[in-house]
Amino acid sequence: MTAVIDKPDSLLYDGADWDYDKIKRVYDAIEDIALKDMGLSVYPNQIEVITAEQMLDAYSSIGMPLMYKHWSFGKHFARDEMLYRKGYRGLAYEIVINSSPCISYIMEENTMTMQTLVIAHAAFGHNHFFKNNQLFQQWTDAEGILDYLEFAKSYIGQCEDRYGHHAVERVLDAAHALMNQGVHKYPKKRSLDLRLEQKRERERQEYQEQTFNDLWRTVPKVAVGGARPSKSVSERKKLLGLPEENLLYFLEKKAPRLEHWQREILRIVRHMAQYFYPQKQTKLMNEGCATYTHYTILNEMHRRGMISEGATLEFLHSHTSVVFQPEFDDQRFSGINPYALGFAMMQDIQRIAETPTDEDRYWFPDLAGRGDGMGALRDAWANFRDESFVLQYLSPHLMRKFKMFSVRDDAEDPYLLVENIHNERGYRGIRKLLARQYDLGFLEPDIQIVDVDLAGDRKLILHHRVTNGVLLDESDAKAVLRHIANLWGYEVQLVEVSALSDAILKEHAVTAPSGIGG
Amino acid sequence: MNIIDRRLNPQGKSLANRQRFLRRAKEQVVKAVRDASGKRGIQDIENGEKVTISTGGVREPSFHRSGAGGVRDYVVPGNKEYVEGDTIARPESGGGRGGNEGSPDGEGDDDFRFVLSREEFLDIFLEDLELPDLVKQKVKQTESHSLTRAGYSVTGSPANLNLVRTMRNSLSRRIALKRPKPAEMLELEELLREAEDRGDDPEKLREMRDQLERHYLRSKRIPFIDPIDVRYNRFETVPKPIAQAVMFCLMDVSGSMTEHMKDLAKRFFMLLFLFLKRRYRSVDIVFIRHTHEAKEVDEDTFFYSTETGGTVVSTALEEMQRIVKERYPENEWNIYAAQASDGDNMSSDNARSAGLLRDGILPLCQYFAYIEVAAEHNMGLSALGRETELWRTYKTVQGPDLPIAMRRVRSRREIFPVFRDLFAREKAKA
Repeated sequence: MTAVIDKPDSLLYDGADWDYDKIKRVYDAIEDIALKDMGLSVYPNQIEVITAEQMLDAYSSIGMPLMYKHWSFGKHFARDEMLYRKGYRGLAYEIVINSSPCISYIMEENTMTMQTLVIAHAAFGHNHFFKNNQLFQQWTDAEGILDYLEFAKSYIGQCEDRYGHHAVERVLDAAHALMNQGVHKYPKKRSLDLRLEQKRERERQEYQEQTFNDLWRTVPKVAVGGARPSKSVSERKKLLGLPEENLLYFLEKKAPRLEHWQREILRIVRHMAQYFYPQKQTKLMNEGCATYTHYTILNEMHRRGMISEGATLEFLHSHTSVVFQPEFDDQRFSGINPYALGFAMMQDIQRIAETPTDEDRYWFPDLAGRGDGMGALRDAWANFRDESFVLQYLSPHLMRKFKMFSVRDDAEDPYLLVENIHNERGYRGIRKLLARQYDLGFLEPDIQIVDVDLAGDRKLILHHRVTNGVLLDESDAKAVLRHIANLWGYEVQLVEVSALSDAILKEHAVTAPSGIGG
Repeated sequence: MNIIDRRLNPQGKSLANRQRFLRRAKEQVVKAVRDASGKRGIQDIENGEKVTISTGGVREPSFHRSGAGGVRDYVVPGNKEYVEGDTIARPESGGGRGGNEGSPDGEGDDDFRFVLSREEFLDIFLEDLELPDLVKQKVKQTESHSLTRAGYSVTGSPANLNLVRTMRNSLSRRIALKRPKPAEMLELEELLREAEDRGDDPEKLREMRDQLERHYLRSKRIPFIDPIDVRYNRFETVPKPIAQAVMFCLMDVSGSMTEHMKDLAKRFFMLLFLFLKRRYRSVDIVFIRHTHEAKEVDEDTFFYSTETGGTVVSTALEEMQRIVKERYPENEWNIYAAQASDGDNMSSDNARSAGLLRDGILPLCQYFAYIEVAAEHNMGLSALGRETELWRTYKTVQGPDLPIAMRRVRSRREIFPVFRDLFAREKAKA
């Protein structure tokens, strides 16, 4: 701590009530710290004040300001509302949307200190992450999302008017069931533009000219059409782009019996799934980044005498309850708290960069002692997702602090086995396993469409590659297959195949629906 | 940076979604509402209700791994005593701690709980009864009349005289016909007197006297208020629906009525109450229970206290008649009555009951419903047509134009159909 400029008139506000002037003043102060001291870079901010009721509304439409209509949102609303009204659950202090301008909702009930905290957390922490993380940059379109939602809402509304609620609902139900299997996990191959194509062609030509050897002409050619049938299967698969793991995409493009508007609805749901995919992969980092940001900013504001001691205590109280991590045998335990671990890792990175121990130097030779903690954090925020972030940055120091240990649960054993604990032998194992807990590609079952004979019976065949012997939940799998059959229009079969031995473990099949269409 | 106040934006953005949800979960919600309504008192059936439905029709399935089998690894915080290689007994609840990812949104196959608003609850509760249309017809029949102002008329009683309108007509007539004003005449008289006192020119004096004379004559010919000026306030009688209803619950509480029968009766009363509540601004309930004598009691006593004695139905009817006379004049109240009984009555009372019902009660009532509750298990007898005393008695009263309906109910399941049936029949007739 350097010299404290402790003048009472440097306070930005006093007391619990908020008004627009105070928010404006506080926002400017936060912006100053965030941009100049921390070097954050954010989308323009838009802060919207809403009531508890509206917060509930926002909850049920997955936090988006506008959303098409579907009963599942009503269902979530009904449940959230009950939990809230009966006092089982509080509401979030804020919701922030990955859009440009970045919209943060703050609740009118919050005290001024909470508003300050929320602005620092959402409007700068999350906002910076949205703008700079490579996943978001690559996969989401912050400028266009609100317009797209507007389009989606009105399009689905029109479909309801034209084709009836029931028909639209049927498509949406099916699409929602497949949302997790409706994302592209890898960037598409960009189609080449003409100039690049020409260039490549020229290079090929040149290469051939350079390596021309007349001898090759004399080598006898293999007779065409040797292994015909197997080729036709692979040809067929290739034509359909199989295997395909994006089920929604495949159905949208290839399902033979869908109407145009049904394809468009699938497309909308697919876009939504894709839009949220980065958020699902970066929950730990996103919250860690935002929590670290608000913690840093509010401490700095306190240091500069901008907020009172009382406000600081209020902020600390709320901060500590957010980053509280119950232990595994605690009643309150429900997995690792992303705020707690995220925040701890951010602080840890800063510590390693600025005041490393010998152990850190051994584990993080590039990071330890580089001095610029904030810069190191910005790098991490830009280039990682949860899984790779844990794999890269989880330090032995933190594993000891959290007293982490890993447990193996093999259904064939009568007991659980403690495999790794927080000691020299266990660090790498724990880190690897924890990283995998954040790997969506591992968490979600690997389901792919492997074959369909469009010229034959049109039976759609899916494979689930089973890892670790964990099969799909049967009743849900059946229900989802029914949805797929509704879209596909013909028989659908799902085979669960062991990833190790290719042995067939289980088969599910659903017959063709009696009729589909609008 | 923009700050936008969204608090004034229209609320209830999720309403459309909620309706879609209710429509989707219809079957389960209807069932839940029926169950819930069984547990409530008659009068608080109107509040919203927390209902629980099974997730069946509103499940949102997705491909996910099942909670059992296979090999799983968890990393959890808070190690206290474990070292590598330790074994832990499997937690009893199966699935294991921490990473039980069986239900991604914490839902699983549990029941789904939420709160229905009062409106939604009633809508669903009454929906399959198809009541509302019927009630409208009922309301039409139950109009009373009140007077409303409806302009002016040239005839009427003096009490309704409209002074302002009358004087206005009078004034305009006087101006139009140039009736001399009293002030003018007084002035003229004054001038004349002065002139006489001064002894003016006799010619001029005569002229003044003539003028005064003409004025007198004119004001006499043109009356200050003429019958044609007179206007009266006009009133019209406007039919006005009576906005209040009273519901009489009559029940036999003699020893032969079991708890089961009372429960059936309660459900029936509940329905009737709701039915009325939807249509009238205020609904009173009067509970009359009877053995060989009848008494007005409160709800608790009505349903839950027991009494022994014989069964004389006419006492209850008399009591009802008395209460109507005392507190619920039939031109101000819509009177509904529902009687529940197991059908016993003293044979000597039958004729009297029938007479009372026909001549005393039915003329007062909008509707009189008699349900005969039977024990669940001895359905054999009553089902095979041994009609009870009271049933036979009331049957003699039944007529095509009388607002009476009777039904037998044996089990809880039958209450709704019977209720619907009672009113549907009435509807067909109307």
